Amino acid sequence: MLFLLWLFAAAFVSRGIARKLAPGGGAHGYDAAGVCIFVGAIAGGFFAAGTLPFWIAYPAPVVAGIAAAFSARGLNRRRAQERLERHSLFVLRLAAGVAVVVTAGIVFSVAAESFRFFQLVSFWDFLFGLEWSPQIAIREDQAGASGSFGVAPVLLGTLLITGIAMAVAFPVGLFSAVYLSEFASRRARRMIKPVIEMLAGMPTVVYGFFAVVTLSPLLRDLGAALGAEIAGESALAAGLVMAMLLIPFVASLSEDALAAVPDSLRQGALALGATRSEAVFSVVLPAAMPGVFAGALLAFSRALGETMIVVMAAGVAATMSVNPLEAVTTVTVQIVTLLTGDQEFDDPKTLAAFALGLLLFVLTLAMNAIALRVLGKRGRRNE
Amino acid sequence: MNEAGIRKRRARERRFLFLSAGCAAIAIFALAGLLASVALQGWRGFFSASLRVVLHLDAEVVGEKGEGDALAYRRLIKRAIAERFADAPRGDKRKLIGLFSFSSAVQLRDIARANPERIHGRVTVWLPASAKAEAFLKGGDDDGNGNAWRLMPYLEKMRDDGDARVEWNSALFTNADSRDPESAGLAGALAGTALTLLLAFLLSFPAGVLAALYLEFFARRGRLFSLVEVNINNLAAVPSVIFGVLGLAVFINWFGMPRGSPLVGGLVLSLMTLPTIIIASRAALQAQPAAQAEAAMSLGATKMQAVFHHTLPSAMPGVLTGAILGMAQALGETAPLLIIGMVAFVAEAPSGFADAATALPVQIFLWADSPEAGFAERTASAILVLLFFLVLMNAAAVLLRQRLETARG
Repeated sequence: MLFLLWLFAAAFVSRGIARKLAPGGGAHGYDAAGVCIFVGAIAGGFFAAGTLPFWIAYPAPVVAGIAAAFSARGLNRRRAQERLERHSLFVLRLAAGVAVVVTAGIVFSVAAESFRFFQLVSFWDFLFGLEWSPQIAIREDQAGASGSFGVAPVLLGTLLITGIAMAVAFPVGLFSAVYLSEFASRRARRMIKPVIEMLAGMPTVVYGFFAVVTLSPLLRDLGAALGAEIAGESALAAGLVMAMLLIPFVASLSEDALAAVPDSLRQGALALGATRSEAVFSVVLPAAMPGVFAGALLAFSRALGETMIVVMAAGVAATMSVNPLEAVTTVTVQIVTLLTGDQEFDDPKTLAAFALGLLLFVLTLAMNAIALRVLGKRGRRNE
Repeated sequence: MNEAGIRKRRARERRFLFLSAGCAAIAIFALAGLLASVALQGWRGFFSASLRVVLHLDAEVVGEKGEGDALAYRRLIKRAIAERFADAPRGDKRKLIGLFSFSSAVQLRDIARANPERIHGRVTVWLPASAKAEAFLKGGDDDGNGNAWRLMPYLEKMRDDGDARVEWNSALFTNADSRDPESAGLAGALAGTALTLLLAFLLSFPAGVLAALYLEFFARRGRLFSLVEVNINNLAAVPSVIFGVLGLAVFINWFGMPRGSPLVGGLVLSLMTLPTIIIASRAALQAQPAAQAEAAMSLGATKMQAVFHHTLPSAMPGVLTGAILGMAQALGETAPLLIIGMVAFVAEAPSGFADAATALPVQIFLWADSPEAGFAERTASAILVLLFFLVLMNAAAVLLRQRLETARG
């Protein structure tokens, strides 16, 4: 709080300083100077005083602000306004550019580190190798010579867990959406929708905790009672909890798709004597299918990138197993295990995480792009 | 036509209704199960147990001014509790210190140093109980791990004599993290979260709103525009762990920013919330009637003035709602913070942006991973604290939205 007050005071004082230094600079010039010094104060606050970044971050905006105040001196109102607009437009453009820069930053940084990884480990070995054991101790003198980086078992584990999650979440979410948009009374809708939204807003670490503390032991006991051995970190438990996370996702996207179906189709089916379920099955759902499909794709990509649930509830060891009762690992789990703790940026172990990150980014981006395209097309058609 | 056919169709209709209502019920059941599992464990973590003991602050052990170390004070407690149960067998006597938390010795030392006049005398103090004793006093009949415990009869005796109490666990909010569950608190994590979110907001809110203004009012519609638009929509769906990887590679490895600091955390979270804020702000700006800006411009305002003086202020509630929801999402985000190293054990609250820190959800992850029995319930308590803040933020967003609707209304 004190920190914030200090910042505001600093901005106010700096405006005064600008006024003293450059008399006749026009109000906007002073504001600009104030804002710049304010930004400088924030930026400077991040770095310990006396270090090099501090001396760059702190005075640079201040100098810029004072220069702005100086240069605005002696302009008439109209010219000052024009100049302000030009500068404002530049700032707006800069802000819009940040989003693009971020994407470029992701692609560039992840790709650059991945490239270094592929200099140590062959690209094809990575993509089609059947063994993943990066944790094998690597001696100093033979960096990259041992440890195997075949991504297949990791991908298989990811697909197993997300497959279980989607197998549960897709039908449940879709039918919840059908219930909410086609059958439920207004009151029921008003009560159920917030619950589903709450499920979507729950932090994923909470789901992870639920998986570890409640569901996994429950499944283990259940398995023991039925005579099946279920691992403590089984793919089944992780998949089921992930399904809980995906249900609201699928439900709300499917609901949007169902709501976008023109009411005349529904009415027409009912007028021809169809029951409501027949109308839903043979008319409404087929019409909504592209939207539902896109929603499922978005949910699937979300499941691929989901991290906390699997970090807490799934295993670390990569096995080529499709048995849901065993522990498997996922791409995100590997990224987290490889990148937490000490990293060395010339170690294939660390770089492998970037290659996995690139793989994950490309996979999810492709799915999102397809899904958003389908949704966008539909939006235009219905307009 | 044919009766049987109609009956069959009606039965199918009922089955279908039942099925779809059942699916909606599964969603509700899932939420109920989740909340119940957290709440049932979490309430216990908000309470802590302490034990009353009469002890002799012996100057020979702790020094004339109480300058002795924690181990010396631990000896005092050991002696006092052995005195209290003078007729216990020798083996038990030595173990009785296990009723007290490791932090009790430190606490006793602080008491003695604050009141040096009481050294040499006898004092009656309440000291924190160990995790095992706490589990028992809170109504378990084992030590929290399902094992019977040898010291239980002694603890029962103390409870019956009124020498044990369970009270509000203020340490949960005033202490930072600790290896002992009974003295571990959230103060450090809350401070880390506050710093991280403050930075994320300061960076992403202005940038997001300005970007939305540009895209909505000033950008020329064309190839480049749709590229930026697609880019923002896709960025919103990039897995959060990827942002952590970006932060590690760019901010920590290239720029050399301090690892595990709120500085890097705030930067990463701001990049993550940026698309959310842009999308929400654009929606809020689109909802404003164009006539408003046109009226301003017809009176001689430039487009920039019309947008900044009229459209943006009246769209502000909607913009803020979006920003709050974006920050709520950032509050619960864990994975990117793991990657940039905010997972270290940090025993002190961070005092600046460059200090090593944890955040609330990361603290939950760390505690959930800890094997000690006392951490399970404290993890659940921490989750309740996190959910409390989330509810608070969402309520603020709902209130803003309602105010917006009545204002239009």
